[in-house]
Amino acid sequence: MTDFEPKIITFLCNWCSYGAADLAGVSRFQYPPNMRVVRVPCSGRISPKMILAALRKGADAVWVSGCHPGDCHYIEGNYYARRKFTLLKELLEYQGIEPGRLHFSWISSAEGVKFAQVANDVIAEVKKLGPAKHFIKKTPGEIAA
Amino acid sequence: MINYTENIRKISSDLLKSGKVDVVIGYKSGTLPGVNEPFLAKTPEDADKLVWDSQCRLNLANYLTHRKDKVGIVAKGCDSRNINTHIVERRISREQVTVIGVPCTGMTDKTRLKELAGGDILTLTEAGGKITVKTAKGEKTADKNDLLQDNCIRCLHRNPVINDIPAADPVPEVNTTRNNDAIEKIEAMSADERWAFFDDLLSGCTRCYACKNACPLCYCPTCFVDESRPQWVGKGDDPVDVRTYHTLRAFHCAGRCTDCGACEAACPMNIKVRLLTGKLEKSCYERFGWEAGMTSDVRPALDTFTTHDPEEFIK
Ligand code: SF4
Ligand code: SF4
Repeated sequence: MTDFEPKIITFLCNWCSYGAADLAGVSRFQYPPNMRVVRVPCSGRISPKMILAALRKGADAVWVSGCHPGDCHYIEGNYYARRKFTLLKELLEYQGIEPGRLHFSWISSAEGVKFAQVANDVIAEVKKLGPAKHFIKKTPGEIAA
Repeated sequence: MINYTENIRKISSDLLKSGKVDVVIGYKSGTLPGVNEPFLAKTPEDADKLVWDSQCRLNLANYLTHRKDKVGIVAKGCDSRNINTHIVERRISREQVTVIGVPCTGMTDKTRLKELAGGDILTLTEAGGKITVKTAKGEKTADKNDLLQDNCIRCLHRNPVINDIPAADPVPEVNTTRNNDAIEKIEAMSADERWAFFDDLLSGCTRCYACKNACPLCYCPTCFVDESRPQWVGKGDDPVDVRTYHTLRAFHCAGRCTDCGACEAACPMNIKVRLLTGKLEKSCYERFGWEAGMTSDVRPALDTFTTHDPEEFIK
């Protein structure tokens, strides 16, 4: 599995983690290019539908990152998100999705170093798991909308 | 059961006569024995058609959504919690509803009834805690308690939690501790076994959506299954689409499901969809100490938060 390069769909909050990714880039902190970034207005915007859609289309993992509790641009979006993620993670793992396929983090826009670190950790964990096995829709019937 | 029925009829006809309500939502005997159907009694004469026995599986809170008139509603323990949820979610106002609370001793499981009968049920009678079914081949009797639905076996709140006019004295609660055996059995499997278990569980699903239609929580004007831009879930019977449907449906009920069992009672394929909603119910309790529908003024688990919610899984 050494040459396996996972595709990781990464949902980043516009107000913090997206900035952190930018900062990591500008500061030339190294992390491999396995992320496919989707910018969202808030971690609270993430619906389980989106996470499942990523898995269905073949993502090897999903990583969602938002602002630290107390720092949400919309005051409390990430608190709601935290509850949602708690339940979604438990429901998906209960159905047989490996814990290493779903990642969540709080990264502020000043934490470029933390961003690169978490990115490296996530990639390492997913590489260990190998390509996704479950929840991938294999039939070609689904035409992109 | 007879006096339950008589009390319900009397209370309903009084309510309708006095004009306190415009309609009473209750059950009447269905076209098939062993399956009561929802019924809207609009006149005192209608009220005489109302019945109560152990075949009232559907959750009547489902018929409250967006009603504009004054409604009386017959409610067992779980229905009453869904009425609370409806009030919290503003599907109906507290002032509009008069709850005729029925202390419940459980509903029979349709599959267990069928197994008992061993053929098409021609008549079903219930007396003194026993159920008797008659088929073309003969008659069989069993204890009602041996025929209960899975959710009724583990029920913690048989007495309605919101109750304006009790139809009978409270019944003793039979359970004091949460029984999560079915969920824990699955949790104990390996990840791959769990994946395979659910593939197998859902393999018979025809996507008829009876489970969703029977559920009082599913009232969105456009359900995610009908969304097309983007399309979050394919329409067919592809196992991943089926899994997506069930995962999202269960998730939409998270923190709101009262484990009334209407979904399983409605499923023509006998799919145990409560194994998904049940996991979320368990998680809500363990993570947030939350039990759905116990009051009419607290927002459900996913519509609220505390600053110290658990987050050990977040990096
Ligand atoms: S999901 Fe099923 S058990 Fe839960 S409230 Fe809906 S019908 Fe009842
Ligand atoms: S009622 Fe049964 S067959 Fe119909 S969609 Fe639900 S689980 Fe599938």
